[in-house]
Amino acid sequence: MTDGRTTAVAFHNVSKSFGAKQVLRDVSFDVRAGEALCILGRSGTGKSVTLKLIISLLKPDQGEIWIEQDEITCLKAPELSRVRRKMGFLFQYAALFDSLTLYENLALPLHRLTDKSPEEIDFVIDRVLGQIGLAGDKRKMPSELSGGMRKRAGLARAVVLEPRILLADEPSSGLDRITASEIDALLLEQKAQHNAALIVVTHDVRGARRVGDRIAVLDRGTLIAYGTAEEIDQSENEIARELIRSDGNGD
Amino acid sequence: MSNVFEIAGDVSLFGYRAITSLFRRPLEGEEIGRQLAEVGSKSLPLIIPAGFALGAVLTLHTRSALVTFGATAWIPTVQAFAFFLEIGPLVTALLVAGRVGSGIGAVLSNMRATEQIDAIESLSVDSFKFLVVPRIVACTVALPILTLFLDFSGLLGGFLSEYAASRLSFHLYISQSFASFEWSNFYPPTLKTAVFGFAIGTISSFLGYTTNQGAQGVGRAATRSVVISSLLIIVLDVLLIKLIFFIFPESAL
Repeated sequence: MTDGRTTAVAFHNVSKSFGAKQVLRDVSFDVRAGEALCILGRSGTGKSVTLKLIISLLKPDQGEIWIEQDEITCLKAPELSRVRRKMGFLFQYAALFDSLTLYENLALPLHRLTDKSPEEIDFVIDRVLGQIGLAGDKRKMPSELSGGMRKRAGLARAVVLEPRILLADEPSSGLDRITASEIDALLLEQKAQHNAALIVVTHDVRGARRVGDRIAVLDRGTLIAYGTAEEIDQSENEIARELIRSDGNGD
Repeated sequence: MSNVFEIAGDVSLFGYRAITSLFRRPLEGEEIGRQLAEVGSKSLPLIIPAGFALGAVLTLHTRSALVTFGATAWIPTVQAFAFFLEIGPLVTALLVAGRVGSGIGAVLSNMRATEQIDAIESLSVDSFKFLVVPRIVACTVALPILTLFLDFSGLLGGFLSEYAASRLSFHLYISQSFASFEWSNFYPPTLKTAVFGFAIGTISSFLGYTTNQGAQGVGRAATRSVVISSLLIIVLDVLLIKLIFFIFPESAL
């Protein structure tokens, strides 16, 4: 606990390998409720793996991962399911269920994980889609949506259960600058509304500066810098400095 | 060779997990219904014409052989036995392996490649229970029903072929078909088709659900689903006939 805010996510000395390739080495950080952490780094440095470890789609080889009061690396399926309900995940390509309409994509978690009536589910979906700017598209199939709309729809599904921790994997990848800014604004809006902890993996330095209260820089699986954008600007690590001062979005 | 045993072990464990998951809540009735419609009703346009054509062709061949012995009256009986005992279950299973097995393999591997399965897990939904179990149940339940459709469409094709040759009445054809039939002849092959359905559902789901080769794995999972399911069906057919004759000796005429 620091400055009165609870720790939402804590990574303690986490390492992860796939076969002979080590993708994370002894990584530690924490994110508090209401705080946004952006994880920056080049491709293949373990950024997306970090998010998948947080939501326990992957298990670490070493280290501890805390989600609020739960250490999740040893949890069994039912407890894991309870912990995952605290989190929403925006996937890089949205990962919408392509056999379901946008409405059904959002209704699935509400229908299965809450005891809301169909009318209440309708109300929640209309509200969330309205906030996200997709109010008129709920009967559309994912294949009928543009890239930006798919990202918005993925975000709508990630926030429909009002998670306390919101994870976003490359929210701006494949989008033009304006649409990317809109997605960033929506992420910040969700964070503010629910006092959620927000963890964003990105290549986009502008987006990271805009969204992140703090920034973690990963290089070849190692956390080489961690702090505010200004602190990383002054970092002793040359790669971190170079990365945070680069302007383009790395797509 | 050890790799084959390893895969066989993994598939067996996968099937066992599906059976044990089936009775855990939520029961996924809605999803099972959706998959039953997908496997069942959408396979009928393939199954019925195939059965009809096979029935007509089989009667033509049988007639030319039985005419020599003056035994054309046995054509309906031969046709019924051939379809209900062997042709129906085997051909239906092979057709379903081609149509449905490839579909399941492709859909699940595509969902894996596009992170849809990860998305289901991230929503606290058991993806195995939600995606795999309904598909295996649907294949297991639908195959015996589809087999009956193929059997009866085969009989109809056989009748029309025989009617064209001898003007045999439909009533006489049907009564001749089932004159020597007993229930004990009927339920072992039906049970066999449920085993075929379980095998198709399990193998194609296993190959789709466990793929980790991205987009490239989608085509591979679809092809391997058909090839391995078809081979296994033929091998299982031999083993199950032996087992049926052992458990139901009256079936071994």
